[in-house]
Amino acid sequence: MSSSVWIKELVDIVGQDHVLTAKIDILPYSFDGTATLKQSPLAVVFPANTSEVAACVRLAIHHEIAVVTRGSGTGLSGGSVPSPNSLVICLVRMDAVLAVDPENLTVRAQAGAITQKIDDAAGEYGLFYPPDPGSIKISTIGGNVAENSGGLRGLKYGVTRDYVMELEVVLPDASIVRLGNACVKDVAGYSLKDLFIGSEGTLGIVTEVLLKLLPKPEARRTMLATYARMEDAAETVSAIIAARIIPCTLEFLDQTTIRCVEDFCRIGLPTDAAALLLMETDGHPAAVADEAERMEAIARKMGASSIRVAKDTNEAAVLATARRSAFSALARLRPTTILEDVTVPRNQLATMVSFINEVASRYGLLVGTFGHMGDGNLHPTFLADEKDADEMKRVHLALNEIVTRTIELGGTITGEHGVGLAKREWLAQQVGDASLSLMKLVKHSLDPRNLLNPGKIFH
Amino acid sequence: MPEKLTTIDYSFLQQCMHCGMCLPTCPTYDLTKRERHGPRGRIALMRAVVDGELPVDEEFSKEMSYCLGCLACQTACPAGVDYARLFEAARAEVVVQQGQKNTASTFWRWLTLEVLFMNPRLLRGVARMLRIYQKSGIENIVRKMRLTKLLPASLRNVEPLAPRIGEYFSNEIIEAHEKPLGKTRYRVAVLTGCVQDLVFANINRDTVDVLLANGCAVDTPPLQGCCGSLHGHNGEPTLAAELARAMIDQFPPKKYDAIISNAGGCGSHLRHYSRLLADDPQYAEVSKIWDSKLRDIHEWLAEIGCRAPLPSNESSMVVTYHESCHLTHGQKVRLAPVSLLRLLPCVSLVELYESAWCCGSAGVYSITQPETSDVLLDRKVRHILATGASILATSNPGCHLQIERGLRAAGSEIEILQPVTLLARAYRREQTSSQTL
Repeated sequence: MSSSVWIKELVDIVGQDHVLTAKIDILPYSFDGTATLKQSPLAVVFPANTSEVAACVRLAIHHEIAVVTRGSGTGLSGGSVPSPNSLVICLVRMDAVLAVDPENLTVRAQAGAITQKIDDAAGEYGLFYPPDPGSIKISTIGGNVAENSGGLRGLKYGVTRDYVMELEVVLPDASIVRLGNACVKDVAGYSLKDLFIGSEGTLGIVTEVLLKLLPKPEARRTMLATYARMEDAAETVSAIIAARIIPCTLEFLDQTTIRCVEDFCRIGLPTDAAALLLMETDGHPAAVADEAERMEAIARKMGASSIRVAKDTNEAAVLATARRSAFSALARLRPTTILEDVTVPRNQLATMVSFINEVASRYGLLVGTFGHMGDGNLHPTFLADEKDADEMKRVHLALNEIVTRTIELGGTITGEHGVGLAKREWLAQQVGDASLSLMKLVKHSLDPRNLLNPGKIFH
Repeated sequence: MPEKLTTIDYSFLQQCMHCGMCLPTCPTYDLTKRERHGPRGRIALMRAVVDGELPVDEEFSKEMSYCLGCLACQTACPAGVDYARLFEAARAEVVVQQGQKNTASTFWRWLTLEVLFMNPRLLRGVARMLRIYQKSGIENIVRKMRLTKLLPASLRNVEPLAPRIGEYFSNEIIEAHEKPLGKTRYRVAVLTGCVQDLVFANINRDTVDVLLANGCAVDTPPLQGCCGSLHGHNGEPTLAAELARAMIDQFPPKKYDAIISNAGGCGSHLRHYSRLLADDPQYAEVSKIWDSKLRDIHEWLAEIGCRAPLPSNESSMVVTYHESCHLTHGQKVRLAPVSLLRLLPCVSLVELYESAWCCGSAGVYSITQPETSDVLLDRKVRHILATGASILATSNPGCHLQIERGLRAAGSEIEILQPVTLLARAYRREQTSSQTL
């Protein structure tokens, strides 16, 4: 098939400046934020609005070209890595935050709007958009919806799904639909918007969103506790929640991560500590003061070897450095950083963390684990070299065992990064055959041509 | 052998995990929203070159010139990618493989990098002629009569960018050896720089004065070579190494407690001589000592505990601070200049929005990429005007000249001063007021 025909048609839709085909231009679109996955697209197109997106999909149907939707390409499961012989539709030009509605506590934005900019716009009205994925400064809201992204505040505030009220979607037949609306309550028919949230670009292309906002909390308090035993940290988390406190942040670092962080930042962390907890509570000043006091007492009772409570926002920022630099401190050690995303029920955290360490040492691998302890969401990070085939094979075997154990413990193979390409082989094991068939049935009903993001989530 | 892309350790390229955290801090990505114009895209292109998937052709060369080299991505990078090193290696690769196709830019490269900045006497000689041209009124006549039209395009475009040469060069206002009034606490050397020496010799004087006021005995040799930063940043590592050896010979690092640089761009290069000379058996060791002694002036003053000037009855002034990319991102000296400004009596410091965003000066970028440079300059000027400050403090001659050009074009009279100048003035006021007592 000659590509020049449809490239010319693409140019007719969006203009010459918004179509990339030269190797040097499209090569940087052959990956996203996921390690080791790479596939060059045929072309990259930058539509300016929803009708241009629909026109691109129509063209793709006509010429039988696979379509992969992309925002800023920060995904961590290969969801926006191009499928073979595909056209990438990149939505970064559709980046407007259209309107904040302070009366209804909502914000409307185009899919390519940067998550941080949405939060900034809400901030001008004393409101905020709670989901805060690690890539918030550059991730697009469309990508967040497609992956149903989480973040550090998940325990108290939930994830992207909890804030989506309405979506505009271009379907695989190029028609445009609006799903949901601005009402807090709405039970008219199937909740179809929910089908598209977390569908990883396989069912439709989200082009516009209406999101729920919350009033900004008036106060927050941050503290950092260290533990000689992993179990004590895990029990602190359970005890805090049992005491009916829902902190906005409960993050932890294991010993390997603590040592790497201390090595790199020199902020005086005890390198013999087995675990570190970063805890934060927010809300009404009186409630925050009360909760912080009780959290500190619980941490002490559960055997924390040291606790630092931030006196002001500056000190809070210093304490948060430990957690924020976790990934970077680990990433510096070896060339390839494989970040995983297994999640288990909270009461299985200590079991899971020690299992990860045991597996890693059995396969002779370097691993550091940190994550969102309040959500049971772990980020075991394998440090390897992709040029070492044997080591990469051992990483794979270790991941197999971790996945199996996660499922045994009632957990999930991915808490917030999505299946994409990276976790595809484990999905059946996770959800079971009947559930997988149902997913495929949904996909086939909406996208019988297998046009959108083929090969993602399942084959 | 000097480093280029095809000889660099592959793990430097692998260090990039393409997470995209660099993208929102990259001025060229921000302007274009194209991956190839962002750090992780450029690194992907570099890696493709090393993997043999992409030729070092004109397009690749263009992309490497389009990058400002501001290093904001390095500050944002969670994985510790040494972008400066990759970028310099890529530019060196372009020079080796591609040569310079554009004859006008070849001429300017040759004249600046290989002739003028290799020879300090010649550089000062040319500057003297430029000074006469600018001061005698010939410049005005030439511009009024539009004689610049007779110049070739390459020269005509550059002519208005030529900085005004200062009244004095550094050696005319700074003794080779100066001692503090009180006890000598430290022995330091001051590097006078090239542009700094020719255009802003008074800033070198201020630097020496502030050091003296803080108990430092100062060596300032009258004729100093170029540090090689222009060469290093523009793909000429061999010339840069030659200049580095000459600097180390002139300033044996063991003699000093610190070797002081007061230009952000130079300092960023100066503190990595050991990398440049790693394979030179004669200089490998001494260059490590050099690196350990090299200090940015603000960093050094903060380190030794800069004395706060005594309060004076000056009327209060509003100051804002623009961060030089190579001071902030290259040298990671971010808090020290602000902490010095906070020592000043009668100064209220206001924050500059996007203070660490490149102003578009970026070495020779304002000459090689004038359009993008101007867009960045407009953005910077807009933010400066919004602060309502009467003084802009900054710490790199390139930024100084660029922003001055932008402010004047916008009809603003905001004064541009270095933090050391403000400090030096405050110390001088102490002396006058004690004399009048």
